[in-house]
Amino acid sequence: MADSRSSGDQEFTDHAAAGQGIGRSVPRPDGADKIDGTFPYAGDLFLPGMLHARTLRSPHPRARIRRIDTAAARRLPGVAAVVTAGDVPGRATYGLIVADQPVFARDVVRYQGEPVAAVAARDARAAVRALAAIDVDYEPLPAVTDPERIVSVGGEVDPLHPDGNIFREIHLRHGDPAARGTVQVSDSYVVGMQDQAFLGCEAALVVPTADGGIDMRVATQWLHSDREQIAACLGIPEDRVRLTLAGVGGAFGGREDITLQIHGALLARVTGQPLRIRYDRVESFLGHPHRHPARLWFRHTASRRGQLVSVHARVVLDGGAYASSSPAVLANAVTHASGPYRVPHTVVDGWVVRTNNPPCGAMRGFGVPQVAFGHEAQMDRLADALGMDPVELRRRNVLEPGDVLPTGQLVADPLPLREAIATVAARPLPAPVSDRTPVTSLPGGRLAAADPGRVRRGVGYALAYKNLLFSEGFDDFSTARVRLELGPDGTPRAVVHSACAEVGQGFVTIAGQIVRTELGVDQVLLAPADTAIGSAGPTSASRQTWMSGGAVRAAAVTVAERLLGRAAGRLGLPPEVVAEPRRLLALADGEIVASEAGTRLPLADLLADGPVEAVEVFRHRRTQPLGPDGQGDVHVAFAVAAHRAVVDVDVDLGLVRVVSMALAQDVGMVLNPMALRGQAEGGTAQGLGLALMEELVVDGGVVRNPTFHDYVLPTIADVPALDFVALTHAQPGAPYGVKGVGEAATCSATPAVVAAVRAAIGRDLRRVPIRPQDLVLPPGQAHPADLVRPDAGGGG
Amino acid sequence: MNNDGCARGDIAGGSDGDAAALAGCGTGRRVSYQLYIDGGIRLVADAWLAESLLGVLRDHLGVMSVKDACEQGRCGSCSVLMDGRLVASCTVLAADAAGAVVTTVAGLGAGGPARAVRAAFLAHGAVQCGFCTPGFVVAVTDLLARRPDADEDEIREALAGNICRCTGYGRIMAAIRSIQDTRR
Repeated sequence: MADSRSSGDQEFTDHAAAGQGIGRSVPRPDGADKIDGTFPYAGDLFLPGMLHARTLRSPHPRARIRRIDTAAARRLPGVAAVVTAGDVPGRATYGLIVADQPVFARDVVRYQGEPVAAVAARDARAAVRALAAIDVDYEPLPAVTDPERIVSVGGEVDPLHPDGNIFREIHLRHGDPAARGTVQVSDSYVVGMQDQAFLGCEAALVVPTADGGIDMRVATQWLHSDREQIAACLGIPEDRVRLTLAGVGGAFGGREDITLQIHGALLARVTGQPLRIRYDRVESFLGHPHRHPARLWFRHTASRRGQLVSVHARVVLDGGAYASSSPAVLANAVTHASGPYRVPHTVVDGWVVRTNNPPCGAMRGFGVPQVAFGHEAQMDRLADALGMDPVELRRRNVLEPGDVLPTGQLVADPLPLREAIATVAARPLPAPVSDRTPVTSLPGGRLAAADPGRVRRGVGYALAYKNLLFSEGFDDFSTARVRLELGPDGTPRAVVHSACAEVGQGFVTIAGQIVRTELGVDQVLLAPADTAIGSAGPTSASRQTWMSGGAVRAAAVTVAERLLGRAAGRLGLPPEVVAEPRRLLALADGEIVASEAGTRLPLADLLADGPVEAVEVFRHRRTQPLGPDGQGDVHVAFAVAAHRAVVDVDVDLGLVRVVSMALAQDVGMVLNPMALRGQAEGGTAQGLGLALMEELVVDGGVVRNPTFHDYVLPTIADVPALDFVALTHAQPGAPYGVKGVGEAATCSATPAVVAAVRAAIGRDLRRVPIRPQDLVLPPGQAHPADLVRPDAGGGG
Repeated sequence: MNNDGCARGDIAGGSDGDAAALAGCGTGRRVSYQLYIDGGIRLVADAWLAESLLGVLRDHLGVMSVKDACEQGRCGSCSVLMDGRLVASCTVLAADAAGAVVTTVAGLGAGGPARAVRAAFLAHGAVQCGFCTPGFVVAVTDLLARRPDADEDEIREALAGNICRCTGYGRIMAAIRSIQDTRR
């Protein structure tokens, strides 16, 4: 990578096989098929004679179900089965952390889009007719949609669910809660509901098996979690539920939860026939959890010289109707609330509550983008109050190794925050708007024909850090098998087996690079990801390169060890060498080399005796649960990102054009420069989307825009080229010193874009996404009444 | 649009009203016609008149390289050329495409500009999940055939109908620039 600061590239390439090892921009092994359109995604799969399954969903955000009559639907021609809550043979509920979500609503629906029934029919048309023929008698109830109301009444009034209305609350206390600096800024912020909007809608192909189980090919982020939940709800042992990953058209957190898996499995068991279940875009929007909307309040205080003294924060996340991953998202939001800064005195009160809004769960950044928008807005406000440059204020306050986080956790590993913010601040700026600027380069592009005289330029900065891997003491692991064998043509090849869900992030590429580096073979095959091997954990939390990459590397190293042992035996070396063959033997360029004797043994000769195989389980270091007062060694590690955004704003039309984005991201070490860039650019674009356009609008519990027509996504005309710098400091405990790179950039992109818009027009922008009316209406009208008041109650 | 091929205007998916609207589909006229796809003639037998080109390609003819992500003409995943013109196949009635020459990613040819686009997408990392990729390859090939020297603004405007959720478009732009640079 041209402007990577990686000093490790050379070191990696020395033992990389045929230029395809780690450190190289190896192309994706599935790339050609994806380009040609022959790569099979879940929704492309079919079997002759399969049934088509669809889901009936509640039109009401909250209602009592008086009666469900499926008799007419069952009588329709072509309908094979109609199932409702009464047909679920096992556990009636499911959920990632807490099983609080009914497979089908039985007597009450708690959000618009909640599944009530599902049908399987000979074709999709018959299935849709059957849905229309199901008679559900609803008694609509008043929907509870204001999370502040749940907090203010303590959650116990009008419980929406037997588990209560508060998924979790955390009251973090660090230092002296009464301490104050002389300069103070406080304000409230609102984050709208973002959707993952992966392009390939949910789909699965399900085949019932002779043992009463099912085989399923499904697009998911976590095969083993799906299997556990499916088996529990079907009431059958897990080993009868066999899942294989189908082609996944993006995920971004939106496939961590069960959506259609249990419905499809149940219908396949009831009908005894193979079937496909799938969603279209509208159903996808209604069917998977979203990013939590947030209401935030902060009070930052600092010394006159710009040293942070205290941060008080209040974080209210709307979890919607069911828990999903809400408890973990809240822990992230609370523990990251004061940002990557040294704060002696921190008070954070956080709630994630149940409402009749759509369920919210995992999305790239997982609770951090929400608070990063708030804490970075506050840092800019504080810089204004101090009369200080916002970059300088950040430089003075960044965390460094040896500092203590608001959780009491010691910063032990490299955390290049100062380097990150200084790097983006030093990147060249784009040329200013002038008479020569083509109109297509102004806000609105070709269509708007902006008046250059009414365009304002702004520059904004943001800094964020994001935890990597699972936190709070979770026993997180990944499993991988590597087998070295002779291929049909007699040349050695490696076969990798892992249940890691490839969702587009590029694990399939990285796994091959690791095996080539460790075993020196050119040919690496990836077995399909499935549940025939142990769990790889989810593709989330920036964890797969570290965790499943770690497992693949460990298995490859063990294979190499066994292979060298076999070679030592073959060479007649003494038993102590056979036991510890690396003392005398090495694996290089597809050969075993005996360093002293100069003997060389080709791999193919050794593998003629049979393949060498190893399965390894990789674990990261243990963390602790979050204790009382939000204290504990809860996070494994962190990644840092800094963005500088430059925007032009048309002050008449309220249109924003992002002119340039610079990113410095802390990546540990670089395994694949091209794939790394792809993650940095994609993560930046999703943060830009949250800043300027992406919002699932929910009104009284009803989703108003569940289509790509009305949910606006960044296009190639909205996202500028990214000026990207990778900061490389090896991460202890991670394979090759790598850090996960998927999320950090998303956290800093949103606040940087908002800061730039704020700088361009001089308004306090306290809500994302920024809407045109926030930029052009008189300020009194620009901020709706939905801003949270700091005194809104709730105790803590 | 759903995979049953019924167009609909109602967006309240999954609601009673939606299901009723969908069930009303499939009661119209059924027709048979020929489509010229990627240089071959394909018979479409007994299709509903209201079925989209996307629905017919995928559900009747098994052409799965044409992707179905939004079915509203908003994402470009189903991009094909119709008589040489770039269209979102979900917004075209299949019956209206009878007599037209339809070109999917598979029909762009093994050589020529499409080959350069394919190679550049792979070499420059323009593919992640890949769901948008066939549509992008069609759109980029079309653009570079019409406007080989398009500048950055023109490229971005021309491709704004194709959504990619993974890449942030950086590697797609890099792939396009590399093709333009090679030609110069």
